[in-house]
Amino acid sequence: MGTQMNTILRTTALALTIFGLAACSSTSETEDMTPVAQESQGESAAARAARLEQERLERERQEQQRREQAALNTTVFYFDFDVAEFQPSDRETLVVHARNLASNPNSRIRLEGHADERGTREYNLALGERRANSIRDFLIVNGASRNQIETVSYGEEQPAVRGQTEQAYSQNRRVEIKPAG
Amino acid sequence: MMRKVMTLVLGLLVWNAAQAAELNIEITRGVDNPIPIAVVPFTWGGGLPPDEDVAQTIANNLAQVGEFRPLPRANMLSLPDEEAEVFYRDWRILAQQYLVIGKINPVPGGQMVEVQWEFFDINRERKVMGEVLTGSITQLRDIAHEISDVIYEQITARRGAFSTKIMYVSAEGNIGDMTYRLHMADYDGRRSQILLESPEPIMSPAWSPDASQIAYVSFETDLPRIYIQTLATGERRQVTNFSGINSSPVWSPDGSKLAMVLSKDGSPDVYVLDLATDQLRRLTDHPRAETEPAWSRDSQSVLFSSDRTGQPQIYKVDVNGGGFPERLTFDCFYCAKGQFLPDGVNLVHIRRETRQDNTYSVAIMNVETSRVITLTDTALDESPSVAPNGSMIMFGTTYNGRGVLDAVSIDGRVKFRLPSPQGDVREPSWSPYLN
Repeated sequence: MGTQMNTILRTTALALTIFGLAACSSTSETEDMTPVAQESQGESAAARAARLEQERLERERQEQQRREQAALNTTVFYFDFDVAEFQPSDRETLVVHARNLASNPNSRIRLEGHADERGTREYNLALGERRANSIRDFLIVNGASRNQIETVSYGEEQPAVRGQTEQAYSQNRRVEIKPAG
Repeated sequence: MMRKVMTLVLGLLVWNAAQAAELNIEITRGVDNPIPIAVVPFTWGGGLPPDEDVAQTIANNLAQVGEFRPLPRANMLSLPDEEAEVFYRDWRILAQQYLVIGKINPVPGGQMVEVQWEFFDINRERKVMGEVLTGSITQLRDIAHEISDVIYEQITARRGAFSTKIMYVSAEGNIGDMTYRLHMADYDGRRSQILLESPEPIMSPAWSPDASQIAYVSFETDLPRIYIQTLATGERRQVTNFSGINSSPVWSPDGSKLAMVLSKDGSPDVYVLDLATDQLRRLTDHPRAETEPAWSRDSQSVLFSSDRTGQPQIYKVDVNGGGFPERLTFDCFYCAKGQFLPDGVNLVHIRRETRQDNTYSVAIMNVETSRVITLTDTALDESPSVAPNGSMIMFGTTYNGRGVLDAVSIDGRVKFRLPSPQGDVREPSWSPYLN
């Protein structure tokens, strides 16, 4: 549990850093454009500062919205061989999914866990469930409510890709987020 | 004989199921010195001859198990259909050890036929046995299997399994638009019939010990749930509706209980449902995955796979709640889906030897000596199912990128394959004896 909290704090810190960087770069772009704005409108320095700040905030908001939408559009998460924990690089995306569920208490999702075809079918069913549960638990810790999430394992029964290559297998070890029916 | 075949055929008719594409058997490996046997074409005493070539089916059966080499018809010097026409010399010249002959005659007024067949030992120059079987003309294939069973038992002293059936699952279509079917067929893949068809996966078909019912997992409600279906009527009922995984139904050999896997309490564990009282009892209790139950012959213990030590290994637990599960496999990276041969000592399982070797094979481990024999050289084996006479193991594997059913004798010497003309086939389940 302690490690889990640390992880979340780290994730949040990372997110803030990224947003901070984005803010810096847009500020400098604005400053390049200031002479034009000043000449055309002749507004007071204070009004101009306020307007620029507002524009900066608006851009930031839009940027965040874009990121969140991109995160919500990411609905397939891949797993390493015989591993039930999702990849660390998917944390931020999953945090966005969790917050989205928290702010939309009526929305429900279904987590479908899958395994590659190696090994026995019934054991793979267990493995697919464990993968779906690892994402479910992370979403709950990050604000989603348990009754918003249904999990189901398909084991190796519904591969995303056919074939006996490592490439195909890595595409098939996955959890898909779907709207709950 | 008569009554048994009727029951079987009644069952077949009532389903009224669509005929499915048949699997075509291929013998991939036989023994080095198969027993030479001549099966002479049975003569037909009626008008239009029946579709079924009884002698050919018998010869195919014997060839398929790998221990026999039937004589090609073109090499036969005479074609007797009764004892008076048998000249042992004709068959000794051809180095045959056994001879099977017969004749089929219509019974006046109806669809019934009489099959009179005889079986000779060439070296001893004596008739081993002969009998007359009666049945409907549509049952000639069943009669051919019955005769094959008798010949097999006479020669090998082991009960034949040619009259048995298999169930298996097929998956056909494009990804995102698949059709899953549960089939039942003769042991050799012929006369395949569809028992269930669904756009959602079907898994883990299992026979009741009296072969009157089957259990399986269907995702038809978008969730894996266990169903029991009565073969004669096609009537089916949903047996479980717990949250999470509901899988791996297996009847106890005494027919009173159904072992299954449920994850309703957090992680997959093995449970036993008493079919008379509907009482559910938990057999394993561990936060890792416990799955793939298989009963011991005496219905007193259950084998299961668990990854409590990391990778799956096979364990045994007392059904009556006695103590800690006993671990049976140690020296493999991945050992799963265990079940005992009828001898109760040899453990059939799926085995991946080391993390590096990356192949999943059918293997047998003697639990008393710990000796392991790996039976296959395919890489993606799963779902082994043992013939009721313990002679062969059928399993699912991948060949040329397709799911196929393979069979191997328990000594690894004989192999045959049942590829499907389309789609993937998997999860064979060999029936109990039906006669």
